Amino acid sequence: MKIRIGHLYPDYLNIYADRGNIAVLTARARARGHDLDVRGIGMRDAVPAGGIDLFYVGGGQDREQELVAHDLVAKAEPLREAVEGGAAFLAVCGGYQLLGSYYKDVAGHELPGIGLLPLHTVAGRRRMIGDVLLDCDWAGRTLAGFENHAGRTILDDGADPLGRVVAGFGNDGASGYEGCRHRRVYGTYLHGPLLPRNPWFADLLLEQALTHAGREERFEPLPDDLERAAHAVSAERARSRGGRR
Amino acid sequence: MRPPLPLSLEAAAVRAAGALSRLAGRGGGTTLPGKLLWKLDPGAIDALARRLPQGSVAVSATNGKTTTTAMVAEILRPHVRVAHNASGANLVSGVASALLRAGGAELGLFEVDEGALAEVTRRLRPKALLLANLFRDQLDRYGELELVAARWRDAVAALPDARLVVNGDDPQVGSLARPGGRVFGLDDPRVARPALQHAADSKFCIRCGTPYEYAAAYVGHLGDYHCPSCGHARPALDVVAREVELRALDGASFTLAAAEGETRIELALPGLYNVYNATGAAALALALGFGLDDVRAGLGRFSAAFGRFERIAVGDKRLLMLLIKNPAGANEAIRTLVEGRAPRVAVVALNDAIADGRDVSWIWDVDFEPLLQGLERLVATGARAAELALRFAYGGLDRGRIEVVPPLERALDRGLELTPPGEELTLLPTYTAMLALRRTIAARGLVANYWERAA
Repeated sequence: MKIRIGHLYPDYLNIYADRGNIAVLTARARARGHDLDVRGIGMRDAVPAGGIDLFYVGGGQDREQELVAHDLVAKAEPLREAVEGGAAFLAVCGGYQLLGSYYKDVAGHELPGIGLLPLHTVAGRRRMIGDVLLDCDWAGRTLAGFENHAGRTILDDGADPLGRVVAGFGNDGASGYEGCRHRRVYGTYLHGPLLPRNPWFADLLLEQALTHAGREERFEPLPDDLERAAHAVSAERARSRGGRR
Repeated sequence: MRPPLPLSLEAAAVRAAGALSRLAGRGGGTTLPGKLLWKLDPGAIDALARRLPQGSVAVSATNGKTTTTAMVAEILRPHVRVAHNASGANLVSGVASALLRAGGAELGLFEVDEGALAEVTRRLRPKALLLANLFRDQLDRYGELELVAARWRDAVAALPDARLVVNGDDPQVGSLARPGGRVFGLDDPRVARPALQHAADSKFCIRCGTPYEYAAAYVGHLGDYHCPSCGHARPALDVVAREVELRALDGASFTLAAAEGETRIELALPGLYNVYNATGAAALALALGFGLDDVRAGLGRFSAAFGRFERIAVGDKRLLMLLIKNPAGANEAIRTLVEGRAPRVAVVALNDAIADGRDVSWIWDVDFEPLLQGLERLVATGARAAELALRFAYGGLDRGRIEVVPPLERALDRGLELTPPGEELTLLPTYTAMLALRRTIAARGLVANYWERAA
């Protein structure tokens, strides 16, 4: 089956090896006999109505993030309709912030978000940089990655985080939680990139994308020896040196 | 907050600093004396720098600063005694250590970490400054590119009398050009890339944010750019490399054109990025008043800087070591490799110490794919060997061809074992892995430690 991926702003938001995530999705879909059709959705491009099963948006430097923020607002309606129609969505770092209701920089200047996730972000003075390990109770799995953000992301009351911080800073360095999930939308600060060393999460996104495409399927696991080894090293790094200033 | 030192300790420390100052000009060798000096009396660095009769010169860049500085040293060597931080210790402490060892030197020549430029130049007050490029590198350590560029602008503004030599092909760096300095760059569309690479950084106009159009893109975002919207464009070049000839791994040559005239430069180092390094070194030497003949002779004599491109004989096999440390630099190393003969066996080493960058995501932005063709065996090594193996696996290399051997020395031996007699083993290490591999190779008596060879 063909899984249609919409990669938002690949020329602007690509700072933390986002193509690694796409490469993992492509290879793991192919291993199960599915093809990925990845299309870039750039500045002023229209969001194809109903035509995307999984959206992806990565992180950028402040300048690039500001360049895309206003364009993203123009895409808010079709993106909301897609998500309500069951499309999956992974947003990393800067892209995660833009899915909230707004981002306020240190000068108090507000960048609009599109409100797909129940949160907002306020820039802090010190960057939170380092390895992170999350416990995702809802999935019975862990996620290991790297964070580098000045923004403090505050979830709305009752919003579901992506995981509990075992080691690292997380959303705001204080709440003990990281990321956010709502319907099939997942936002996180974890790059590294995220999916190569957390293949279960890649598979979950692909299964949800397939559901949107009209096919229910539970994947057989892949060998994933290298993935497990990389996850173990990354998790150890987080335990020994994550969340330090 | 650190509690204040007890008086007796502080006095002892000051005496130690005095002893260190007296050491100036004798031995040294690590950054430790420099670190102590900086901690105890930062002003001593300024004083040591002022003792150099011909003053100082500084070189900074994301990529190529060690090689470029070593090239300048080679051009100047017959004419002036130079104090030079040759082993790449390029923070304030490394510069301080080089100053402590600078007895008898007439001119200071320092490569400076791009994040430390403001602090170092505030103390050195260099009479000339070469700024070569800014690429995305170690975001966990330096912060975003814009931030580094802003710090450079401030550092340069604080040195109104310094002769400024900048790379016009880099939009951020070229915009720092000012009268009395030099602007260098490349002009040879035949060696341009067909398109901007994936990892290109400064793709958007620094004035208005519109994507640049490139008449020629050479290395990453370096090239002949202009903004279709506001017209911001590459400045006029006064030191230019033309008629570039790349001889795969065997070197390169080009015509150097400047106000002084033209000359043909022969380089033993390969790759377009080394043509940039050489052109920058030439522009700085010319700005310092040296002639085209000095430049041609010095660059012609130059072989390689520490671990950057080294060939080492190991019995009936050879090692070829190319440092990789960020996407733009690694892409150029790989481009140069595959223009020769793509390796059949490669040892790629990924460490994640502070000097390598703790965030290893950059390996996913490197175009390793051209290496995969013809690669029979990859030995992934270093602290993050498994991560690196994943990069190659998801890049399309059959998992059966990948061996994960985290200990560096064992990986080196495994690589040599896989290399047939008469052939070459390619090593692509990150910075601390390069240092460790070099120590291993030196311990086996195959190559002198750099600090033993350095003048």
